Amino acid sequence: MALFGADVLGYLGDMELMNVTNLACARGGVAVLEGVGFSLAAGQVLLLRGPNGIGKTTLLRTLAGLQPALEGDVQVAPDAITYGAHADGLKSTLTVTENLEFWAQVYGVTDIAPALQAFNLEELADRAAHNLSAGQKRRLGLARLLVTGRKIWALDEPTVSLDVASVALFADAVRSHCAAGGAALIATHIDLGLEADVLDLTGNKAGPRNLAGFDEAFE
Amino acid sequence: MSIWEYANPKLFMQTSGKYLPWFAGLSLITLVAGMIWGYFFTPDAENFGSSVKIIYIHVPSAFVAINAWIMMLITSLVWLIRRHHVSALAAKAAAPIGMTMTLIALFTGAIWGQPMWGTYWAWDPRLTSFLILFLFYLGYIALWEAIDDPDTAADLTSVLCLVGSVFALLSRYAVNFWSQGLHQAASLSVDKEEHVSDVYAWPLWICIIGFVLLFVALVLMRTRTEIRGRRMKALIARERVA
Amino acid sequence: MIAVLIRDMRLAMRAGGGFGLGLAFFLIVVVLVPFGVGPQTALLGKIAPGILWVGALLACLLSLDRIFALDFEDGSLDLLATAPVPLEGVVAMKALAHWLTTGLPLTIAAPFLGVLLNMPQAGYGWLVVTLAVGTPALSFIGTFGAALTVGLKRGGLLLSLLVLPLYVPTLIFGAEALRLGAEGFDNVTPLLMLAGITAGVIALLPFVAAATIRINLR
Repeated sequence: MALFGADVLGYLGDMELMNVTNLACARGGVAVLEGVGFSLAAGQVLLLRGPNGIGKTTLLRTLAGLQPALEGDVQVAPDAITYGAHADGLKSTLTVTENLEFWAQVYGVTDIAPALQAFNLEELADRAAHNLSAGQKRRLGLARLLVTGRKIWALDEPTVSLDVASVALFADAVRSHCAAGGAALIATHIDLGLEADVLDLTGNKAGPRNLAGFDEAFE
Repeated sequence: MSIWEYANPKLFMQTSGKYLPWFAGLSLITLVAGMIWGYFFTPDAENFGSSVKIIYIHVPSAFVAINAWIMMLITSLVWLIRRHHVSALAAKAAAPIGMTMTLIALFTGAIWGQPMWGTYWAWDPRLTSFLILFLFYLGYIALWEAIDDPDTAADLTSVLCLVGSVFALLSRYAVNFWSQGLHQAASLSVDKEEHVSDVYAWPLWICIIGFVLLFVALVLMRTRTEIRGRRMKALIARERVA
Repeated sequence: MIAVLIRDMRLAMRAGGGFGLGLAFFLIVVVLVPFGVGPQTALLGKIAPGILWVGALLACLLSLDRIFALDFEDGSLDLLATAPVPLEGVVAMKALAHWLTTGLPLTIAAPFLGVLLNMPQAGYGWLVVTLAVGTPALSFIGTFGAALTVGLKRGGLLLSLLVLPLYVPTLIFGAEALRLGAEGFDNVTPLLMLAGITAGVIALLPFVAAATIRINLR
């Protein structure tokens, strides 16, 4: 569901889930990225790379439909993307099961057992979220992806505070998601041990430009 | 030539720069003329003495206070529908002026109310409505100040202005229902039923015109300042990126 | 959408959820007023309708900034905005949850506090009726205010400032309907106006508030 700007068109290839052309996006009224283009096929993992502040989070938020694109096209089926942010969206007073069940209901999924199992949360199921460690919380946040039933995962630094074993769990989850015809777009700095393509955004840093057509009138 | 061409900031700056001195000068002349006529060449009222002459500030400021909000409502709508930045900035520029006018109207009303009704403040419907209007202005300005991103601020304050207008009308009705007032029905009206006598009406009209011209001049001035501020921010941001 | 409602109710009931906060504040206001005004029962009985309505309004105001602020901080609001439920529905459910955890308990508790203020006998029924009809409007208007200030640090005071003038018509018609009813007069007009405001804001403000949240999230 594109909330703003980005056009949803039906010109995707058979295996293609998303096609982005010449995308530019802004943060806090300043253009940060421009000319971003890539396509994402079923089963593909695309890693976003680039120095801090280049705009990886902004790009993911734009693709998720949380903010409008400055220019460019995003072709993607409606309701295909789920966005995983820095913050996990967990409620500390609810238990692991309650947290997960809530998102499952929102996305119309009934069974949360596979998600619990994939991230090894079964023993913690009845624990309140505020009693979890940072890594356990993160695992719960990632388990949410499995109950969304969406094809494209757009993830922002998903492995923060995960230990080696948990990173492996996460990589397994991504692998089986892709094997089932999904795809993932991951902004990360570490090696996940996945077969993945890399999109380096360093060259897409936006030059000076006028936003909102306000002051080109003065040129 | 369409009115929307003035949404171009450059054209707005040129044109407003040309006409601003005229508005300022004309408002000064009308205000001085209206005040002198009103204060020195009208008789004292039979029962109220010379205190009635505060009407030449009280009524015009109240008139501008309400119409400033209506102007903000219109410019907010223009911003939401057509995304013209000048329009949003004009609404922002008008708010403090409207709030000041509301305060002047309340303050002169209190001064006038003491000899007239024997009290500085009464929960009369009009007084109460103006107090509520003051709160609306205060909230609107505070929201502008609280948000960093100019477009977000313009969007949110416009939404507040729209919703606020509906509730302001509701409040007006509610307040009328809630308290029978002390004010006469209307100070100036087209029909002859109930209005101030002609001796006072002419200088009063001149003062109202003077206040409106003053409002226009101040809004133009403040909008120009806002545009320059935006321009400065844009240049600084560009410098940082380059 | 029902899931959102259930989650918000659950959160409010759990420790630190602020379920009793509004109720406690209401109690404090009503208990303190006689100390300030003096113990004359006739006077207290006369001002009881106004005190009860103002107390209920302030108690509502107190808990407004929790509606979206916590969800904004922990990222849930981003996730809800990209979820397959309409944001308008989420907003309406959150307002409803706020009413169920604040307005409804206030309505139920109000008659007991009315006793403390020596409310006229005829007023108790009207007290429950006016609060039941009017407090949903307070919750929905407040939700709009909370949506306006969702991204702001220290938005609490600003939220009160923005919501205060919006609450005026509801307060006037609510307190007026109660006062007229308690004194045995005809109160159909203010009661209908109160119901009209409530119906209007429930129908319209969720759309405005959802649009506001989208602006705030981008």
